[in-house]
Amino acid sequence: MTTTDATPPMSDLATLAQQYGLEPIGLRPPLHLYIRQVWERRHFITEYAKARAQALNAESRFGQFWEVLNPLLSIAVYYLVFGIILNTRGSVPNYLAFLVIGVFVNSFTQTSVLTGAKSISGHLGLIRAFHFPRAVMPLADVFERFRALRTSLIVCMVIVLLTGEPLTWMWLLVVPAVLLQSMFNFGLTMVFARLTARVRDVAQLLPFMMRTWMYLSGVMYPLGTFIDRLHGPQWVHTLLLINPLAVYIEIVRDALLESYSVPVWNWYLAVFWAIVVLIFGFVYFWKAEERYGRG
Amino acid sequence: MAEPDAVVPPTEPAATTSVSAEPTVIVDDVHITYRVHGSGGASSIPGTNAVAALRRIATRRKGPGPGVQYIKAVRGMSFVAHKGEAVALIGRNGCGKSTILKGIAGLLPPTKGRVYTSAQPSLLGVGAALVPSLTGERNVILGSLALGLTPEEAKERMDDVVEFAGIGDFISLPMSTYSSGMGARLRFAIAASVSHEILLIDEALATGDADFYRRSSERIRELRDQAGTVFLVSHSTKVVRDTCTRAIWIEQGKIVMDGEVNEVIKAYEKDVETNTGRQAGAAR
Repeated sequence: MTTTDATPPMSDLATLAQQYGLEPIGLRPPLHLYIRQVWERRHFITEYAKARAQALNAESRFGQFWEVLNPLLSIAVYYLVFGIILNTRGSVPNYLAFLVIGVFVNSFTQTSVLTGAKSISGHLGLIRAFHFPRAVMPLADVFERFRALRTSLIVCMVIVLLTGEPLTWMWLLVVPAVLLQSMFNFGLTMVFARLTARVRDVAQLLPFMMRTWMYLSGVMYPLGTFIDRLHGPQWVHTLLLINPLAVYIEIVRDALLESYSVPVWNWYLAVFWAIVVLIFGFVYFWKAEERYGRG
Repeated sequence: MAEPDAVVPPTEPAATTSVSAEPTVIVDDVHITYRVHGSGGASSIPGTNAVAALRRIATRRKGPGPGVQYIKAVRGMSFVAHKGEAVALIGRNGCGKSTILKGIAGLLPPTKGRVYTSAQPSLLGVGAALVPSLTGERNVILGSLALGLTPEEAKERMDDVVEFAGIGDFISLPMSTYSSGMGARLRFAIAASVSHEILLIDEALATGDADFYRRSSERIRELRDQAGTVFLVSHSTKVVRDTCTRAIWIEQGKIVMDGEVNEVIKAYEKDVETNTGRQAGAAR
């Protein structure tokens, strides 16, 4: 097939393309190239996160105050219901600090996933206007959450200090704990970003899934007592103990609370979940790269 | 990859400027189907709550499901464009010409078939706001970064882009406050600030005022000279005659005629004159 004469028969178009070295458009690039393209757009990710935060600030009267106020109000409600009415206070040494950490760590993952899940379906304008690796959208959304975390983390630490916990070297472990959780959040968000891009309804169900997960992860009561009361097969108990959200909450408690210590395997699991979920999420998202933006 | 029983080309080969030229864009039996979400009609399960959502997911496997509609915008198009060609896509509203343009740009993946290009094409056209909650300035920076510019380059071009868009003080307001014309201008200004090998122009952007039209058509001419291949979607036969060498007439997602620009326009205009009533009826 060497004819260059105008339009050849249809079946030969692919051959013609090959002959002149034309690349199929809209095909996802190989993974290593994709990662590089995403890396090249890192400034987009940071700039977007910054811009979103500012827009959020301008949208409501208290702006980013709600970032902190929201979990604080949740804490008040949980403290009333679980701490006082159900008297979980009795079984945990410093219940308020225990609860505060649980709520803040949980809300980091929760808000990341809830925001990031809509990162494709909610930005079709941008996606259809310009050509760029789509993974930067969920990454930018989670990065925005990561930036917002700094404030919440400080508030969380101040409350913990006010409850009488001493400031120790162990507190430094919060940094790796939060970084590992961020990696996990990135991975998980990319999974849900792809699912939501395909089936919008996932975004409706997600809040309920996240809430159920929170109740199963020992946010407002110790996971141990919860499991003890649970009548079920052993594997359910194990599953609850190794579930990533519980692991990330436990290691932060380990770091900040003097009276609270967790087995070291929690830290190994934290690393394991961070790496496995991040890689899985990224690859899973990349696999559908060419389909984002349709419909 | 080649389809054994693919569609036969609708007309004889196009009379292009130079037959020996290198192909830059190859559209091989492309079909594009839109999935439209939202109010499906009487059959859709009402409510946006979680229960309804769960039910929709559960029943999804049995077909497209309620609330989701499929629109076949492009139904089997094939053509080859070469270096130095300016190709106009003409046809009535909703015939699929803007859709195939998005398909060539790689922004709307084909449901079937494939588009091959020698470089990443750039689409200049209309669409929704970029990030509606952010200001025009932020959108310029974000758009430039998404296009692959460095933060320094993006900042450098900022003033040019803003001046070109000519939307004045609106640049510091959220894009959600823009009129569709202003949004289109800003998007065009962002995209036009980088050079392109394959350029796709959705001419609906020329709805701006006379001053912006003059600036943008000047810029288009500049870009066309640099670009290897230009595609233009336009309703104005004057613009098409002035700028294009070849025209493809599209009707209901299929190519009706592909050839020298004046011939195709003549045939198209004749068809519009004689079939206006019938087409309107057929569209129901």
